[in-house]
Amino acid sequence: MTPRPLRVAIFGATSGIAHAAGREWARDGAAFFLVGRHEAKLDGVARDLAVRGASAVRAWVGDLTDIRQHESMVDELLAGGPLDRALLAWGVLPDQAACEADPMLFAQQFTVNATSVLALAARLASVLESQRHGSVAVLGSVAGDRGRRSNYAYGAAKAAIDVFMAGLRARLRGTGAAAILVKPGFVRTPMTAHLPASPLVWEPEPVARAIVRAMDGPSRVLYAPFFWRYVMQGIRLLPEPIMQRVRF
Amino acid sequence: MSQYLSWGRLPRVAPAKVVPLSSREQLPDLAGMQGPVLAYGLGRSYGDSCLNEGGVLLATRGLSRFISFDEETGVLCCEAGTSLAEILETFVPRGWTLPVTPGTKFVTVGGAIANDVHGKNHHAAGTFGAHVRRLELLRSDGERTVCSPEEHCELFSATIGGLGLTGLVTWAEIGLRRTESPLIDAEYIRMRGLDEFFALTAESDGRFEFTVAWVDCLARGTDVGRGIFMRGNYADVPAPLAARRRSRLVVPFDAPSGLLNRHTVGAFNTLYYLKQWRRHTRKLVDPESFFYPLDGIRNWNRLYGRRGFFQYQCVVPLESGAPAMREILTRIARSGQASFLAVLKVFGDVPSPGMLSFPRAGVTLALDVPNKGSSTLALFESLDRVTAEAGGAVYPAKDARMSPMQFRESFPRLEEFSRHVDPNFSSSFWRRVSA
Repeated sequence: MTPRPLRVAIFGATSGIAHAAGREWARDGAAFFLVGRHEAKLDGVARDLAVRGASAVRAWVGDLTDIRQHESMVDELLAGGPLDRALLAWGVLPDQAACEADPMLFAQQFTVNATSVLALAARLASVLESQRHGSVAVLGSVAGDRGRRSNYAYGAAKAAIDVFMAGLRARLRGTGAAAILVKPGFVRTPMTAHLPASPLVWEPEPVARAIVRAMDGPSRVLYAPFFWRYVMQGIRLLPEPIMQRVRF
Repeated sequence: MSQYLSWGRLPRVAPAKVVPLSSREQLPDLAGMQGPVLAYGLGRSYGDSCLNEGGVLLATRGLSRFISFDEETGVLCCEAGTSLAEILETFVPRGWTLPVTPGTKFVTVGGAIANDVHGKNHHAAGTFGAHVRRLELLRSDGERTVCSPEEHCELFSATIGGLGLTGLVTWAEIGLRRTESPLIDAEYIRMRGLDEFFALTAESDGRFEFTVAWVDCLARGTDVGRGIFMRGNYADVPAPLAARRRSRLVVPFDAPSGLLNRHTVGAFNTLYYLKQWRRHTRKLVDPESFFYPLDGIRNWNRLYGRRGFFQYQCVVPLESGAPAMREILTRIARSGQASFLAVLKVFGDVPSPGMLSFPRAGVTLALDVPNKGSSTLALFESLDRVTAEAGGAVYPAKDARMSPMQFRESFPRLEEFSRHVDPNFSSSFWRRVSA
């Protein structure tokens, strides 16, 4: 008997890292449930994964920041069978200055990057807990490790994810399910297209491979590329008076 | 410094703006850009045909989705920024491969179309463009046109080999080739000169899908044209299908400019030639080392140092081929400027589909030359004259310096082509040769 295909759900499936992760799973014949806001783009990803070897692809078009839709979406997801992998990969890079000028904008972007993500992570964690199997990965960021002058609107949302996932790891311990917090460094995606070239900017593919591998194992925090763990340890150790003065 | 350089790393010019494309459905308004636009894929053109100084580059690597694949016919539809490496990775394990491949797999489908690239099987399969079934072209007036040999065939023919000047290719359909095994049953034959090269070609082209020769361009006198003739077919034994290989060696920075000089390269070439001490060897080789020997070393172009390098590639018709090629090789050897990468191949007479396609029946030579300024340019001008007198052509994808006249003489359908150029598209190359 051949093993059944891995059932993979990707939320925010058109993002650069998520699509690259999908390609890794597709090569091994996974069955997908893809969620995205933009129908044509989502269809492009769905077709790409199908050509690359996905055994099935279902697409669900909707706004993930609308938390009220999560229940029906997850119902539809589970109608296809148990869930093996869930990757939560949506987010925006807010304009820090605009968020400072407009608190409503800040709150709205915080919902996109944190509240809506954690609401779905919580819902899926319960599914995995009762299945006693599967893993959920959430894209945090190195930006959540320390508040910085230039992007603390983004960093605050990612820091919320950090604390939530620490709790989730503890909750899932011993259940057979796993929670993975991914902290990518700078990755070349549409979100970072404006950044200049640098050895610190990695392609999405190696980051995606690290995520897919980590999701086969137990709960953990994954820095991708790995060296960011040490970079961020250094930055966390900077004394507060210095952090108040640096502009980066 | 701009990361959007060409493979020869010269000229070192920068675009005013780079617009990354990430979705076929949401493409920018190409008429509303400040300055002329040009698509840029993986930057493997050697000279300035992929550059657009002061203009806008559309970075196409974000358009890399597969759209459909027909398991029966092998027709793959994919976005134009997809690399040949990505196609091989996905389809070789399923028993399909590229119908035509250049010497590197790190080119995009769009780039392969725009330069109508060729490979070691040109005599059997023609150019890459001969395997393009259809493509979609986005023009700056916003119109999207599906072109093929049947519909909008003139625009199709202008776009194949059209140096990216007819608009933005968004997707293309390519007919892949079935293969039992990815391995190549290859033969390596020591050859002493041009006469042997032509004799081996005549004897091999009917029996071997792939033929090419490496030639030692520093050898002089009676050794002119010495080298190694390579020929092969896909092996007919099913073999374990290729696993992915990542390059392990990287050239992380520009080497000192004098690293590759006539002594180091001369020593390398002599050793490489003598390694083939047997007259004739035969072995099974993996496709990576047969088709892409240099892809294993990332950024090998940096070995030439900050001043960069030129590649010179010309083709001369077979009737005048032997004497003209002998003259070209003699002039190169006398200059002492050549590097280790020099290949000879006889193109077949399969017609190229593009108005500006470079491959045509004849013999072609390609070689790398480090940039030493005016002495290098003088060498090329002297080679241009031999090529022109023989009724030959110089390859735009490799060029950073040919004269407008040389370009016109190389491409008799230039005027017909020019009518299809999109008014908002241009390149550094195009402005240089249409001056």
